[in-house]
Amino acid sequence: MAIPLVPKLLRAHLANLAEEGKRHDGRERFEGRSVELEVDCLTRADGSARVRMGDTIVFAGVKFQIMTPYPDRPNQGGLMCSAEVRPVAGRGWEPGPPSPESIELGRVVDRGIRESGCINTEDLCIIPGEKAWQVILDLFAVSDDGNLFDAFGLAAIAALKNATVPAERFEAGEDRPLEVSKTPIMCSYHKVGGRFVYDSDKKEELGGDERIHITLGDDDHVHSLQKGLKGIFTAAEFAEIMSEARSRCSELRELVNQTVIGD
Amino acid sequence: MGGYGDVQCIDENGIRLDGRKIDEVRPMSIEVGVVPVADGSARMKWGLNDVIAAVYGPMEAHPRKIQRQDRAVLDVRYNMAPFSTTDRIRPGFNRRSREISKVTAEALESVVLTELYPRSKIRVEIEIICAEAGTRCAGITAASVALAHAGIPMTDLVVSVASGKVHDIVVCDLNKEEDNYGEADLPMGILPNSGELVFLQMDGDLSPEQFQEAWDYNMGAAKVIHEVMVAALKGGDQ
Repeated sequence: MAIPLVPKLLRAHLANLAEEGKRHDGRERFEGRSVELEVDCLTRADGSARVRMGDTIVFAGVKFQIMTPYPDRPNQGGLMCSAEVRPVAGRGWEPGPPSPESIELGRVVDRGIRESGCINTEDLCIIPGEKAWQVILDLFAVSDDGNLFDAFGLAAIAALKNATVPAERFEAGEDRPLEVSKTPIMCSYHKVGGRFVYDSDKKEELGGDERIHITLGDDDHVHSLQKGLKGIFTAAEFAEIMSEARSRCSELRELVNQTVIGD
Repeated sequence: MGGYGDVQCIDENGIRLDGRKIDEVRPMSIEVGVVPVADGSARMKWGLNDVIAAVYGPMEAHPRKIQRQDRAVLDVRYNMAPFSTTDRIRPGFNRRSREISKVTAEALESVVLTELYPRSKIRVEIEIICAEAGTRCAGITAASVALAHAGIPMTDLVVSVASGKVHDIVVCDLNKEEDNYGEADLPMGILPNSGELVFLQMDGDLSPEQFQEAWDYNMGAAKVIHEVMVAALKGGDQ
């Protein structure tokens, strides 16, 4: 992404609002934008989801391939997660090879899902040492109005939870649902005007400082953390957003599980 | 164009695999404003095709060497998402998407009044999120709706559609099987108000009579599709 000129007026405006305890769009500090989640929305994908958070819109698509298991893990398949933010998603995104920003997006989402252990890679083995399933999760941004991280995280787990292993197409047995045993959820906090807010939009991202991404699994276990951008934060600040993340993650986990079951 | 294999694309009553008659287009819908951060956008579903087009600009053209003193440049990108086809596509540009981007840009440049915006750039992004057959046609059609939605002055919309031949029978608006197993494909970009053309490709084998028949099917289909485009723009969010 092109480095935007930091709009000094925007920064000052957001800082002034922060002093009064306000955000530019009228939200509370830890209030998210409205969330829409739709699953099974892409015909050619083996699992799919669309997430809308305010004016941020993303898709996640799951595809399967047959791979040869790694020699040191002969009875395991694999999971690959990549994010692409193409220029369709906003003025600031440019064509070309994946930018560091989109690589970070893909890797942070990948870690949360992988480390939660929600996918048992041994279930993906077809013939030990010879054939296994590789699950490929592609994250695709359509409209970036801030906080692509959380939108991607939500779309990713929802797409996996509604994925079908297309065994018949590969003549490897019968089609079956992909087993996803847990629901890791990411919540991101951005420091704007000197304090952390949840679910920043594009203006808050442009006029803010550091951001922190927290992925929590079932039972509030922590599965991935990432601090991004320049900035300094205290232990007390982190404790506050961690406790906020616990309640928000369980709300979103409920939404994912309801949507996937309802499908 | 490949051989038939054992796929029978049209039955003895002239009904195609998806239930259409030979001169019918696939069901379609268009929605505008689907990329809220863009200046104009459209999502077109056409058969199983699902295409998003977004327009940004006119904006400053950079680097400066791409600027034109007398007009705007159209920067058009056609891309297929990794999950848009049966087998996953590795992300990144390839020769096919570069060619389609080029001919799409040239088709759209023929109608956009670029001379109104010297030294500027209009970005047109076409993303195929689900592909059946005729994605380039759906892309051009959606892009022209997105340009209109962005308020870019144009002489006309561009309607793009492909007819072709399967089992030696000319059919309108090829579906996936007909595209894979058929013997000819004739995509055209038509200006619905004048019947003029801004885009034309063809591959395969058509007799002079079959070529005329495919041509006429495209012209007829363009009228049907044009109505859907206009309705989307009139009923849209602005």
